[in-house]
Order: sequence, then C-alpha cells, then structure tokens
Amino acid sequence: MQEIIKNYVTKEYVEDDTELTYDTPLISGGIVDSFSMVSLKRFLENKYSISIPDDKATPEAFDSVNKICVLVREYVK
Amino acid sequence: MSNIGSYDERIINFDWNIAEKELDYKPGDIINIGWYCSDRICEKGFGNKPALIWEGSTGIEKRYTYNELRMNSNTIGQFLRDLGIQPEDRVCLFMDKIPELYIGFLGILKMGGIAQPLFSAFGDESLFVRLDNAQTTAIITQKKHAPKVRKIMEKMPYLKHMIIVDADPAKPLLDREVAFDLEKAEKIEKFTVHPTYAESPSLLHYTSGTTGQPKGVKHVHYSLISQYLTSKWVLDLLDTDIYWCTADPGWVTGTSYGIIGAFSNGVTQCVLDAGFSADNWYRFIEKHKISMWYSAPTAIRSLMKAGEEVIKKYDLSSLRHLASVGEPLNSEAVIWSERVFGKPFLDTYWQTETGSMMITNFPGMKIKPGSMGKPFPGIIATVIDAETFEPFGVPGKIGLIAIRPGWPSMMRTYWRNEETFKKKFKNGWYLPGDRSSIDNEGYFWFVGRDDDVINTGGHLVSPFEVESALLEHPAVAESAVVAKPDFVNMEVVKAFVTLKPGFTGSKDLDLDIMNFVRKKLSPLAMPQEIEFIDSLPKTRSGKIMRRILHAKEWGEEIGDTSTLEND
Repeated sequence: MQEIIKNYVTKEYVEDDTELTYDTPLISGGIVDSFSMVSLKRFLENKYSISIPDDKATPEAFDSVNKICVLVREYVK
Repeated sequence: MSNIGSYDERIINFDWNIAEKELDYKPGDIINIGWYCSDRICEKGFGNKPALIWEGSTGIEKRYTYNELRMNSNTIGQFLRDLGIQPEDRVCLFMDKIPELYIGFLGILKMGGIAQPLFSAFGDESLFVRLDNAQTTAIITQKKHAPKVRKIMEKMPYLKHMIIVDADPAKPLLDREVAFDLEKAEKIEKFTVHPTYAESPSLLHYTSGTTGQPKGVKHVHYSLISQYLTSKWVLDLLDTDIYWCTADPGWVTGTSYGIIGAFSNGVTQCVLDAGFSADNWYRFIEKHKISMWYSAPTAIRSLMKAGEEVIKKYDLSSLRHLASVGEPLNSEAVIWSERVFGKPFLDTYWQTETGSMMITNFPGMKIKPGSMGKPFPGIIATVIDAETFEPFGVPGKIGLIAIRPGWPSMMRTYWRNEETFKKKFKNGWYLPGDRSSIDNEGYFWFVGRDDDVINTGGHLVSPFEVESALLEHPAVAESAVVAKPDFVNMEVVKAFVTLKPGFTGSKDLDLDIMNFVRKKLSPLAMPQEIEFIDSLPKTRSGKIMRRILHAKEWGEEIGDTSTLEND
C-alpha cells in the first residue's frame, strides 16, 4: 500500500524530480494543497473501495504516505 | 487609540493627500513602490529593523532587515537590467512564497518593469494564457515549477528569459534559461531606481470573469497611496507590530498587503511558506509573537473545524488585531474568533481591480458580525438598482455595489482589453460585480456575486475556463460548471458533464477528469464534484442554462424556465 500511494502522489502531484519518502510532509510541505486533497481522497476511496468521512480527511491525516496508510487501514475491511 | 482614531471624524473632509504628506510625496514627484518599500525606510533610520522573517516548510528560517531588503532588491533589479529587460517589460513571478518572490517584486519595480505575479499552482494552460496576454518578457521561477514553463516555452517566442532562482548546477540549462542565486549574488549597494511617476504601470494581476479569458488588471505606482493608508488605518499597523498576511502574492492581497502595505509602513512581517495545518499556524503565531494577523475566511473556517483543543496548546496572547479578506466572513466566524482569541476578525471588502480596501470594518467601530462594514474614508460607495443604475437611497434594498471612480489604487485598465474595462462602469459608477444591501446605520451586507463567477476560498474561478478545459478531455462531450456551497471554501467548483459515445460515467473517470483539470488549470479550478448527466438544460437557442443547475445546488427556486429547450 505504501508504495502504491507513494507512486500515485509522485505521479500526480510532484512537479519536478523530488524523491518522496513514506514520511515526506505532503500537506505541510506544500506538495499537496487543500484543494488537491479532494482528488487524493477520491483516489484512495476508488483504489481501496472505502469511504473516508470528510471529518477524518484532515491535513494532518494526509500529511505523509505513512499517515495516509494508517487512515486507509481504518476503513479497509 | 487606533491609527484611524474616530471613523466619523476621518470621513469629514478626507483627502488622499494625508497619505501623500506622510510619504513625503507631492503630485508630479517620482514615485516608485520598490523604493518606498525599502530605501525610504532605510533613509528614515530603520535599516536595521527586521523587514521579513521567512519560514519554509522544513522549518528553515531566513531573516532580512530593511537594509538587506533594499540591497537584495537592488541586486535583482540590476540583474534584470543587465539581462536587457526594459522599463515596462512584463516580468512574471512564478514562485512559492519564498523570499525571492517578495524581494523580486520590489526589484522589478525598482528597475521600472511591470511585475506579473502568478499563483505557482497554476497548470501550464493557465500559465500560458496569462503570459501570452501580457506578452511577458521574462519569468522568474523555481526549478520545481520550471517543467511547466518548459512545456509551453515553444509557444512563447516573446519570452526571452526563464530565470531559475535555485537551479541545480549539475543540470544543464536549456535555451533562454538562466540561473540566478540571490544568496550568492554580489549585493548591489547603489542602484539607480527607475524614475516612475504616479501613472507609470507597476503591476499586472490576472482575474477571472464569467466569459472569455482571464483579464490582466493594470495597476500603477500611485496605488501606493491607498495601500499605505488602508494598511495603516484598517490593519492598524504600528511600528512595533509583527505582522502576518497569510495570502500568496500570486493574488492581489499578497501584493497589496503582503508586500506594499506592510513594507511601506515599515513593519516587520512574517511569511510561512508551508501548507495549512491548525497546529502549524498556531505554532507560527506563538513562535514569532504575531500581533497583527490578516487572513481569509476559508482559513478561519478551517481553524474552526480543527476545534478549540489545539488552540489551548499555544500562547496566542501576542495577537492584538485580526482582519479577514477574500470572501464574506460569516457571522459565526466573527463570533468564534472573539470567543477563542478574545478579538473578532474584521471583515474587509475589496478586489483585484480596486487594489485596496473599499468597504471595511475599522478598529474601534461597532462590529456587526456578518457585515462588510462601511466605506473607507474617501471612498463613495452605495448600492444601485440593477436596471436603472441609480442609488436606492433607502436602506435594506438589495442591489449592485457601486463605487465612485477615482481612488489612487483603482485599476487603470484591463491589459489589452479596454472594451471589457469600459463595461465595468455604469452611470458614473464602478461596478465590482457583487450584490449587497445597506442597513439604516450605513453598514453594507454582502449578498452574492452578480454573475456566474465562482468564489472558492477567496479566489475567483471562471466557469467558462473550467468548461473549456473539460471539453478538452477525451471523454467529455458537453459541460456546465457552477458553484456548489461549501462550509470551508464558501463555494467549490461543481461540473455537470455529458459524455461522448463509448464512455460511461465511473469513479475512475470522475477522478481522471478532476486530475485533468487540476493539472491544466489549477487545483482551485478542479471540480470537487462531477455529475454525469444525459443532457444539459439549454435554451431553445442552445445556450446552457447554468442558472438552473446553480439553483439545484443551492436549493433555490429554479425560476422562469419558459426558454428551456425541453420544457
């Protein structure tokens, strides 16, 4: 899961050759902005057939690949 | 006592020469915003005062005194001059909120160029239409954004230079590219500031309308007069303040009040170049002892959403004065801020075209939560009938906001679009395109836009631009874009889409279209919701009736449908 999400974020949101790690700050680091979070949330929901409540999709919960994985695992059955 | 003192006394016999005198400016003198924001403060004896305290997303901090601001902006100005950039050439700033953006802005103005700041999240298509309209000569950017410029470079023969402020020395630059490292550059102590005058162009900011391409709002150096005074009287900037304007200089608040207003008043301002999080923002206020905080309703509502527990972790007692801009500040947010910070956010109303605040709440004035406040002294504003363009003259009626032209920072034209500029005036009034009412005490109350432009998070998005981008997606046959209500952003973009034969609406297609628009235009313009439908409501002449879709989203009456195609 970590690798899939990291690759997706790199492909969709990284504009140059920056190498992401699983802990690279995505939101506070300015890689994914608050508007783009909506599309990242949609990707996670589609990919893992889950529904993430809006109040759980916070900048803090989306701030790294590792944090996103923790969030996604809460909803994957 | 606040800087403005009594609002009622200030509006009597107000004259903009109050600001001119404070700035030692006389009509006919040279006036250069870059000089006023750096050299002048040094000449007044404040060269060693911190001007800019910048913090990046990794926690790295950079500090510049006014003297360093002066010399660094000289250095950029000289670099541009040496490149052959001429006065009034357009120089685009396409960067995150890094120091080079703030200093570069002043450097461009000092060498007589026209600064053209653009939001760094713009996609290549959004970038191209704005550079093409301005026929931009040079763009200053970061290596992370360079690929977007390279993608469109071929189409822009007029763009002579792409200046990269953090170029990787190990990687070769391409044709027309040049590296410029401000930190390593030899600092220029003496620089001949270009002699600009009141009506010399200073700045091009792009804004969106309902139809057509984005419009380049042209401002002049004389805008300083109202930007300086509104900063002093509304933001109440004091010599001792540590000021934080959260806006990005890719938009007008970030230049009028994140650069010009702040530096011309000689205050110390802080910049946080990091994504939003409540924890990080409160930490930033505590760390730098921010006293004046100018932010936006979207951010304030995001802070409300984050809850109050996080506030208790930080000492925010340095906060003295709060203000807000970008979209109407709802009364709940005003009441909330008074409760949690001990002071309300004061709403300020203005737009790219006005260049400075028009209708605002003032320190010391009775605040009516949810109200826009009253006109700034010297600003004649009212509400007029949308048919006759005459003022109502009685309180409570909803009409178009109208402002009598003539304040210093009013736009001078839309770049290469004089025809659209002229349409902004009716019956001797400038019409910002918003509706409101005025109560019996003279307070303005915002109602909404008078057109289809979407205000999302304080930024205007043209439905036309989004619809045009959608039509370039291989699956999209037709599209209609409207605003959808949203708690945090007030409005977000919603797209109704019909598909070409062979395509079926699905979650994956939905995401693909979202990302397509995001990359082409910007994250702001990306539809946050896409609804696949069989056909769009149209008039019998084939025009899409956005009004019907808008009404559906807002739970409003659909109104007259007599011209509907299938009615």
